[in-house]
Amino acid sequence: MSVTRPTTVRLASGRVSFRLHARSLWVCLVLLVVTAGALLAALVMGEYPITVADAITSVFGEGSRLAELFVDRRRLPRALTAILVGIALGVSGAVFQSLTRNPLGSPDIVGFGQGASTGAVLVLLVFSGGTTQTALGAFAGGLVSAAVVYLLALKRGAHGYRLVLVGIGVSSMLIAFNNYLVTRADLNDARAATVWIVGSLFERRWPEATLMFFTVLILVPVTLILGRALSILDIGDEGAKGLGVRVERSRLALIVVAVALTAVATACAGPVAFVALVAPQVSRRLTGSGGPGLLPAGLLGGALLLISDLVAQRLTSPGELPVGVITGAVGGVYLGWLLLREWRSGRG
Amino acid sequence: MLTGLRVTGLVLCTGVLVLFALLSIAVGARSVPLSTVVDVLFDPDGSYDALVVVGQRVPRTILGILVGAALGLAGALMQSLTRNPLADPGLLGVNSGAAAAVVSAISFLGLTSPLEYVWFAFVGAAVAAVVVYLLGSSGRAAGPVRLALAGTAISAVLVAYTYAVQLADDKALDQFRFWIVGGLAGRDLDILTRVGPFLAVGLVVGLLLARPLNVVALGDETGRALGANLGRVRLTAAASITLLCGAATAAAGPFSFIGLTVPHIARSLVGADQRWVLPYSALLAPCLLLGADVLGRVVVPPSELEAGLVTAFLGAPVFIMLVRRRRVVQL
Repeated sequence: MSVTRPTTVRLASGRVSFRLHARSLWVCLVLLVVTAGALLAALVMGEYPITVADAITSVFGEGSRLAELFVDRRRLPRALTAILVGIALGVSGAVFQSLTRNPLGSPDIVGFGQGASTGAVLVLLVFSGGTTQTALGAFAGGLVSAAVVYLLALKRGAHGYRLVLVGIGVSSMLIAFNNYLVTRADLNDARAATVWIVGSLFERRWPEATLMFFTVLILVPVTLILGRALSILDIGDEGAKGLGVRVERSRLALIVVAVALTAVATACAGPVAFVALVAPQVSRRLTGSGGPGLLPAGLLGGALLLISDLVAQRLTSPGELPVGVITGAVGGVYLGWLLLREWRSGRG
Repeated sequence: MLTGLRVTGLVLCTGVLVLFALLSIAVGARSVPLSTVVDVLFDPDGSYDALVVVGQRVPRTILGILVGAALGLAGALMQSLTRNPLADPGLLGVNSGAAAAVVSAISFLGLTSPLEYVWFAFVGAAVAAVVVYLLGSSGRAAGPVRLALAGTAISAVLVAYTYAVQLADDKALDQFRFWIVGGLAGRDLDILTRVGPFLAVGLVVGLLLARPLNVVALGDETGRALGANLGRVRLTAAASITLLCGAATAAAGPFSFIGLTVPHIARSLVGADQRWVLPYSALLAPCLLLGADVLGRVVVPPSELEAGLVTAFLGAPVFIMLVRRRRVVQL
């Protein structure tokens, strides 16, 4: 993989500077166009097909009543939730992989996804909670398990490798516990819990879309600013300290925002596993940049999740698959193909 | 002197295993007086107690010992072969391969008992393991991170497939959720006779690999200079791992924690010499499995907790403690 150099742009006689990476910019633009195209497809396709013109008028003005019902109330919020959840997962995945210096160091590996599942499944099966309570359960479960993993790994600094190992330990306990709860539930509840564990966007409406919108609006810029420390942390703790970076504090702050992003995303859609793992890997190869590349990872995550959800809705009929099944399959196949290609050519 | 200590330890481990085996025969959800247990063991009189002890607990104990030993040895072989302390049947696609095959057998062929889908689990596990190994070792030799990534990729696809089948078919979901937790309950002698030969061959071949693996561990260059046929050692080890994991998972369902944790404990006790790590792993793992099984029988009377759940809850804290206490013993 060739690493292209960024150009440093200086404004206001050098007081403000940022590094511009031409190819990353192009990748971001293309991803935006792809996402917009997929969004349009999401609005017009479905059990009740709607023309492009109808779809656009229902979004921006007054469409026919049926078009309003399908586009405005159902398809648009669902698609927006998909995009925003994907962005959140992609960005936080990139942060985690960079921090743990491990391509497997996604939020799922550090116990987050499993913890969220446990929270949701507990609320669903033991307390028979509704949608909102289940989402809150996932939120709380994810945060608690991430905190537990971090604290358990904390010992003279939460070293990346130890974080991954402790995460695997905690995850397997949570998986066992989730499986236990599912075996003790009646069949309907077991199915509902399994859908939750896989991650689904079924019946996601405006409340989820709005929540995700504000989360991404606030947390992604914060992550991008904090993310400047990431490329310095990449050179190792000692070197970063030498350059005056407060290693532990930067790392903790980054973990907190990344976990918050994942937490809200998981509360809205369940732990859609592979997006956080694959989006940063793929976007890094697309942009050819050596750094963490948070923004392209996020945009790729958004496009990936939206397209996956379209496929999940249309693949089986009459019922629909949860989106996590598609992201898992597609992500796995793509990762496998990517590894094969790189290793064949003797790289990596 | 050091070797003496290790031999003593080995004898101790065997003693502990025998103790756990006796516990597994004596303790259960149905309480049978110890004297009765001894009586029916030597003279199965056809009473209900004899049925429970000889018909259920003894085969279950034997199965537990074999499955445990297989998983412990497979984990140790895998970690040594890939020089990856994270290597574990669960991570390298074996469990998800078996799961995908089992859920297919339930949903598409309508099979209903573990005895019927034992071969599917075995073949699924083996195919997944081979694919992960081939993918991970394409190009150059299989590096640790590569194998883990390959395992993640293959597992993701298989897990997605498994979920899709489960959610499309309520009957499959209902049956499969009990298989996936992993356990020894309800497995009888028939399963043992089917997978027993595979387990036995895998165990013998695996233990014989100790010395060659030690040479391989010196690094490719040194190993070759010492006359080791690296390719053959790797291939034999991979075959043995596949036999062990495939048969164990087919017999008892997926256990993800034993193969990961036990070799770490073994290495922290005896160092990195495979001649000791392999037998210690093969002896300690069944202790963990039988202990978990016995605990699962008594912890929530009158029902039972599957051994797979208990091993996760026992194994994970031990593993985390090991990770925290020191650097993972280098491979």
